[in-house]
Formats: sequence, structure tokens, C-alpha cells
Amino acid sequence: MTLSNVFAALPVPALTGRVNDYAGMISAPVKAELEAKIKQFETAESTQIVILTVPSLKGDVIEDFSIRVVEAWKIGQKGKDNGVLLIVSKDDHKVRIEVGFGLEGKLTDLVSGHITRNEIVPAFKAGQFDAGFTKGVTAIIAAVHGEYKGTPKAGRKGDSPSMPLLGIIFLVIFFIFQIFRRFFGGGIGGRSFGGGTGFGGGGGGNDDSFSGGGGSFGGGGSSDDW
Amino acid sequence: MKTTLAKLIAFFLFFSTLSGCGYNSIQQNEEAVNRSWGDLESQLQRRADLVPNLVATVKGAANFEKETLTAVIDARSKATGIQLTPAMLSDPAAMTKFREAQGNLSSTLSRLMVTVERYPELKATQNFRDLQNQLEGTENRISVARQRYNGTAETFNFSIRQFPNSLTNSLILKLKPKEYYKADAAAKVVPGVKF
Repeated sequence: MTLSNVFAALPVPALTGRVNDYAGMISAPVKAELEAKIKQFETAESTQIVILTVPSLKGDVIEDFSIRVVEAWKIGQKGKDNGVLLIVSKDDHKVRIEVGFGLEGKLTDLVSGHITRNEIVPAFKAGQFDAGFTKGVTAIIAAVHGEYKGTPKAGRKGDSPSMPLLGIIFLVIFFIFQIFRRFFGGGIGGRSFGGGTGFGGGGGGNDDSFSGGGGSFGGGGSSDDW
Repeated sequence: MKTTLAKLIAFFLFFSTLSGCGYNSIQQNEEAVNRSWGDLESQLQRRADLVPNLVATVKGAANFEKETLTAVIDARSKATGIQLTPAMLSDPAAMTKFREAQGNLSSTLSRLMVTVERYPELKATQNFRDLQNQLEGTENRISVARQRYNGTAETFNFSIRQFPNSLTNSLILKLKPKEYYKADAAAKVVPGVKF
């Protein structure tokens, strides 16, 4: 495993939306359909499902790559950890469902294994990618349905720095103020500490830009080949 | 003169607040290590819990693989017998023993899985596939937990070496660096199956 880290770390692609079809496997109408379905589910239950297809893993192991993707994208709501990534590598013929901590109760390794094996792989083997993805998403939604009630991810709080750090910052400023005594009344106020670190900022005009809610993953899920 | 004194005082106070800060952050880092170790342990335990089921399933179909099965059962009891509490995380000997026991379990398990390749009827059963699924999922979780543990150990080890936190550590806390949980080299060797 160390060997693969040394030279085959495929870079994590950008998160462009709920369906990231970098390998061009899904037809446009189905893509729109899937996005709508996933978005609706997320609004109702806050659970985030994301699809990623890549043309090739370039030698990387799908489990390693997949966990790096979800750690970067942070799918699922912070605290609830209810994210799912359905990731497919076209050339390697590999599919994986990566399950967030919070969903492992329902979407167990077994259940995700059944989904990949019984729903997705047969369709993929027949060359029917649209059907495979649709069935996969439907099955995933069915598995995790009802696990979480949504407050959709509006109003995500940014992390505020911890109290001691704030105290120390004030102390330091105070001492610097003492040193440079002649700078009385200089504007020391006006510092802002808080403020969320936003991923995907809201663009004007477009419908909502999708971003991860801060959820975390533990490596659960299941992989399969077709 | 007064400004120089003020500067000196400010510098010492600044310095000491940094050290004070070090005191807390070292503790925090250690807690992170303990927590991630707990995660890793629970995943390892989860794997150990899968073994009885796995053994029972294989035994039914591949009865004369007794040696392989016995090896797995033995490895499992050895592995679950060695506990590593957070207090022992700085002890290289204890860590090595623990790792070896887990590594032994890993290799006997993979040997078992390779053996099953010879029994396609068994391999195809739903029961076995489910177990294989669970085992793979658990191995992946172990791998992730291990990486995270090593990450927190690295953060902690760095934090006690970095100046001025190193002073806080050597004078007040006296914490030793944590051992890393390296993937056992033996587990990576693909066992040769004798036909």
C-alpha cells in the first residue's frame, strides 16, 4: 500500500455538482434526472449522495482514491456524516459505494455489496450505464431512506477558532500595543476572526451551487468489478 | 529604558503564553491520538468478530482445509488476547507485539481467502460472498483508521518536539512520542498456496 502512495496518487477532481461525470458515461437526460432525484432527496433528508465517474484510476487503488475524494469533498452533513459516494472508474471497470459514518447502520457493507453486485454490475456488464446508475441511486436512496430528517444544508456554520486561541491573540495584540506605545488609538479593532470557510461560494443567478456539508467517512462500503 | 523593559516583559509574556498554548495543544493532540487509536482498535475487533462466521462457512464446504482454518482460529485468539491501552502507545515493544499479532491474523485470513479460490461452489454462495464483502469492508476501515491514527501520532510527535513546546513537555508533561502503527511487512507477502 505504501508503494501505491508513492507514485500513483491520482489527484482528486473538482466537485462540480451532484453528478460528476468525468468519464462521460451517463447520458444528459439521465444525468439531469439523477441530479433532480438526488437533490430532492437531500432537501427532504439532508443526506448527500454524489456520483463520480473517472476515465481511469491511473494505477491507484479505488478504495484509496475514493477515501481521498470524500475527505476532500466532505460529502454529508457535519455531525451527521450522512454522505454517500458512488464512484466508477470506466477503464478499470471498477465501481465502489463509499459510505459515510452516519449511514453505516443502514447502508452496511453487505447492503452496498448487494447493490453493486445485483443492481449496478449486471447493467454495466450489459453496457447499460444509464440503467446501472439509475438503479444504483434508487437502491441507495431506498437503503438510507428515513435515516435522517433534513434540515437542508443552508446556513452551515463556519468553524470559529477555539476560545484559548482567541484569548492568546488578544494578549499578543495587547503586548504589541504596549511595545509600540506611540501608536495610540491606532485601529486595532476591526479584526474579524469568525467567518465560515466556505467551499463553493454562491454564484449569482445560478441555482444553488452544491458543496459538501462537512461529513466524514470511515472507509465503509463495498467495491466491485464488472 | 522603560520601553526596553516593557519590550522585555512583553517578549517574556509572549513567550510564556506560547508555552502555555503548547501545554494545551499537546494535551489536545494526545487526546486525538487516543481517540484515533480507539477507532483503530474497534475496527480490528470488528474483523476479529467476523472470523467465527467465516470459519463456520468455509468449514462446511472445505473440510479438509483444516490447517488453514486452525491457523485462522489460533491467530484470532492470539490477536484478541493482546490488548494495547492508550497508555502503552509509547512502548515500542508492546506496539510491535500487538502489530505482529494483528499482522498474523491478516495473513492467515488472506491465506484462507486464497484457499477458497479452489472451491468455486463455495465462492459463489451468497453466504460466503456476504462474508467476503464484510471482510473487505472491515479491512478497508482498518486501513483508513490506521492512516488516521498515524496522522494523529505524527501531529502529536511533532508537537512535543517543536520549540518551545518541547520545553513544556520535558519540564512539565514528560510525554513520550507515540509509536506508529506500520502495516506489517509480513502481511503483504502473498502466501504461496501449495497444490
